[in-house]
Amino acid sequence: MAQSNNSIKKILTVAFALCIVCSVIVSTAAVALRERQQLNQELDRKTNILEVANLYEPGMDVEEAFSEITARVVDLRTGEYTDELDPDTYNSFEAARDPASSRTLSGDQDIAGLSRQENYSTVYLVGDPDDPEQIILPIRGQGLWGLMRGYISLEGDGNTFVGITYYDHSETPGLGAEVNNPRWQAQWQGKEVYAEEGDLAPAIELVKGGANEETEVDGLSGATLTSRGVTNMLQFWLSPEGFGDYLAKFRSGIDQEDAQNAEVELEAEGA
Amino acid sequence: MAADTPKGVLTTPIFKNNPIALQILGICSALAVTTSMSVSMVMALAVIFVTAFSNLFVSLIRNHIPSSIRIIVQMTIIASLVIVVDQILKAYAYEISKQLSVFVGLIITNCIVMGRAEGFAMTNTPGMSFLDGVGNGLGYGFILMVVGFFRELFGAGSVFGFTVLQPVQDGGWYVPNGLFLLPPSAFFIIGLLIWVLRTLNPEQIEENEFKMKENTQPKEAV
Repeated sequence: MAQSNNSIKKILTVAFALCIVCSVIVSTAAVALRERQQLNQELDRKTNILEVANLYEPGMDVEEAFSEITARVVDLRTGEYTDELDPDTYNSFEAARDPASSRTLSGDQDIAGLSRQENYSTVYLVGDPDDPEQIILPIRGQGLWGLMRGYISLEGDGNTFVGITYYDHSETPGLGAEVNNPRWQAQWQGKEVYAEEGDLAPAIELVKGGANEETEVDGLSGATLTSRGVTNMLQFWLSPEGFGDYLAKFRSGIDQEDAQNAEVELEAEGA
Repeated sequence: MAADTPKGVLTTPIFKNNPIALQILGICSALAVTTSMSVSMVMALAVIFVTAFSNLFVSLIRNHIPSSIRIIVQMTIIASLVIVVDQILKAYAYEISKQLSVFVGLIITNCIVMGRAEGFAMTNTPGMSFLDGVGNGLGYGFILMVVGFFRELFGAGSVFGFTVLQPVQDGGWYVPNGLFLLPPSAFFIIGLLIWVLRTLNPEQIEENEFKMKENTQPKEAV
């Protein structure tokens, strides 16, 4: 018995049969459940978007609420919409990895620690797409332990905060992970991105102890580095490097020409 | 060990021969997933499923496994089961699978699963092996739940997500102890648990491997 079990023929037969059986089981599970998994991921993403827009209530019909929201792809270099890419299928994270659809950020520009930035990004508009009630922008950047990914929501003026949420981060539970504490998130409402009308550099920042200005938000206690990461990624994504040009379209008191020129200057400085 | 009866096989690993507390296996995942009870419970269920069925399948084909590739055969069976569990969690318990993240995949490397397949299922009948798998999974799950209970209670002031001690962030009186949310606290809790279990069952106390030498005399050190 032991002899025959260890013959080369038997070893190969057992190994081969086992591989076949196991691969069939694994692939059946993967294929049968894929649809449901994608549904979950989609639902999760939509829930996050509704949450940042303060439209989410537990138990609501996410799909129905999401029909109020329009997704558009924005060219980050010009701030204009593009119809070349389908917002439902476009994946900005994959685009950021591909040199053909992204750019390298130099050390000075790269305050959010991204190293590469995609050329196109998906934004979500609540209400009428031409005159939206809210503009929802994806943001990401380094926190203390790793990349943090989330959304911010601005009012239609492109300046006033509605909310912020992170759906993927690895910050310390109880300290940095408090970025998703509703009480902390609530204080973002009404805060402003830019200090003055016409400013292109965002002023919003997390401060220690007592946020007095409209552009200051109380930092997370005990999580200085996470707070700094949040400030940096907002400073990055809301500047002309990120969504600055796009937001300029909604803001009053900004000359489009100025915005474009400012970016050229910023790039010149960066280089 | 009274482990020959089905009942013995099922219950011995929970207290008497607990895989974490006595054999000190599977500690790594016990540190990582015990920050809250609901996550611990799902992890425990996943491990019970994997140990039970890997034991069952290994035992079913035990007479045909060539001894030279037996570890690979066991690994393949375990890995397939883990992937199936991971897929099911992603489809039906998305939130929790996000919190467990890589640790479901890491069940493959959990020494308990491998240890039971090699140590028990290779030499026992399928029925007994299945029960042994369930028993060891339960033993693992029991420790996970106890550790999870203390960590969630003291770290976040809640049990199974229900607030018991109102934390100050939400206007209560309890100042959550951040240490309990970090992995080292699980070390302390598991250590204390092992102490308690060994005090209750003195036969678990291991004999010293060597005798400590008496203190060096001060004059010799000079």
